[in-house]
Amino acid sequence: MNDLVSSVPPAFLKDGANPYPELYRRDYAAQSPAYAPIYKTSVLRSPRNALLSIDHSVSETTGPMFGQNELGMLDNDLILNYAKDGEAIGPRIIVHGYILDENGRGLPNTLVEFWQANAGGRYRHKNDTYLAPIDPNFGGCGRTLTDENGYYYFRTIRPGAYPWRNYVNSWRPAHIHFSLFGNAFAQRLITQMYFEGDPLIKVCPIIKTIPDEEAIQRLIAPLDLNASVPDDTMAYRFDMVLRGRRSTLFENRLEGN
Amino acid sequence: MSVKYLKETASQTAGPYVHIGLAPHQAGFDIFQNNFDNNLVSATTRGAQIIIEGRVFDGSGSLVRDALIEAWQANADGRYNHPGDRQKTGSVDPNFRGWGRACTDFESGIYRFYTVKPGCVAGREGKVQAPHINLWIVARGINMGLNTRIYFADEEKANESDPILRGIELKKRRDTLIAKPSQKDGKTIYTFDIVLQGENETVFFDV
Ligand SMILES: [Fe+2]
Repeated sequence: MNDLVSSVPPAFLKDGANPYPELYRRDYAAQSPAYAPIYKTSVLRSPRNALLSIDHSVSETTGPMFGQNELGMLDNDLILNYAKDGEAIGPRIIVHGYILDENGRGLPNTLVEFWQANAGGRYRHKNDTYLAPIDPNFGGCGRTLTDENGYYYFRTIRPGAYPWRNYVNSWRPAHIHFSLFGNAFAQRLITQMYFEGDPLIKVCPIIKTIPDEEAIQRLIAPLDLNASVPDDTMAYRFDMVLRGRRSTLFENRLEGN
Repeated sequence: MSVKYLKETASQTAGPYVHIGLAPHQAGFDIFQNNFDNNLVSATTRGAQIIIEGRVFDGSGSLVRDALIEAWQANADGRYNHPGDRQKTGSVDPNFRGWGRACTDFESGIYRFYTVKPGCVAGREGKVQAPHINLWIVARGINMGLNTRIYFADEEKANESDPILRGIELKKRRDTLIAKPSQKDGKTIYTFDIVLQGENETVFFDV
C-alpha cells in the first residue's frame, strides 16, 4: 500500500563523487520503540539508555553484497524447495513487489530472505510446539535477489495464524517475515508482511507497537488479481522501503581524505 | 507543504523462529545448498585470524538464547568489500566479503564468529577509526535491530583517538564496546558480551 513515486529524479552525483553517500537519518516516529510493554518480551530486551547517534562513515554506508551464484534454482519457490513426496499444502500465492529507497529508487541486486509458518500455522523449528501438524513438504523459507529495478517475487502457500503466549489467547495474524539488506549495513531491516482483510491485524500486540497507523497500513499486502495466475495461484503485492541516501550536490565530507 | 519522500518500512521483531529463514540448520533442518554462516574466512584470507565469542544478556541478567547477530567489517587493510569504500590505502581482499551471521546457542547462549582482525578505517574529515566490527542484533522482543561495534582491547592507542569511542563520555560505557583477547589452543579469542539492558548495558547506536 505504498504510494509509489511515479517519476523518480536521477541521483545527484557530482563527477567523481562517491555513488554511495551517507543515508538519511532514521525517522523513529514511524518505528516501534524498543520498550513496548504491550509486547511483553520487549520489556527485558530493550535498552534503557538513549541510542548514541553517530555520523556515517564508510562503516555505515557500505554493506555486504551477494551474487546469484550463491542461491539455488528453487530458493524462491517455497512450494517446491522442500518438496519430498508432494507439494506444500495450502492456498498457492505469489508475493511480489519492489524494494525501494526513500527517494523512490529501486534497490538492485539486493538479497531478500523470507520465512513463515505452514498453512496450519506451524513452523518447522525445534522450539515450535504448536499442535498443528508439520507439513512434510514445506520448509518455510526462501530467498531471492532483486533485479536491476529492485523487483522481487517468490511463490509460497498462504501461512496460517498461530497462537502465542503474550496474553492468554493471543493469535498472530497470518504473516511472512522479511529480511532486507539494501546496499548499506545501516539499511539492514527485518519486518513482517500481513494480508489484506485479516481481522487479527487490529488486535495484534506486535503490530500495535508501531506508533503510526500509516506505517502499519504499509505492512499490509493487498490482493493483486492482475498478477495472479488464473486457475493456479493468487498474488499479493508488497513493496518495502529502505533508508535513502543524500544527494552529493556539493562536497562530500564523508571520505575526508 | 513538504517534500514527499517514501517512508522507511516499519521494522518488526525477527521473532523466535528467525533461524528458519536465516539459519535453517539451527532451526533443525537442511534446505539450501549454500548457507550463510559465522565463518567469514577461508584459508587464503589475508590477515590474522581470530575468533569473536560472547553471550547476550537481557535486563534480568538471563541469557538470550535466540538472538541472531550479524557482523560487517573491513579486512586486515581496513578496506570494505563494497564499491562505496573509496579509501586510497590498502586493497580489497577477494577472499573476504567481511560479513557473516551467528546465532546464540539454544543451550549455552554463546555466539561465535571466525574472522580476521580488521585494520584501521578512514573516518570523517580525515579522522581515523580504530579497528572495529559493526554488529547488528535481532531477536524475539527486539522491535528494531540494534547496532553496536566491537573494538579491541589490544588497540589501546587507536581506541584513544577513535571518534566514536571519544564520543562516549563515561569510561564504564565505553568499555562495553571493547573485546578482551585471550589465547586458547593457539588461537586468539576476543570475548564480547552484549548486554541489552541494565547495569553494564552495551552502547547501542542510532546509525
Ligand atoms: Fe512469525
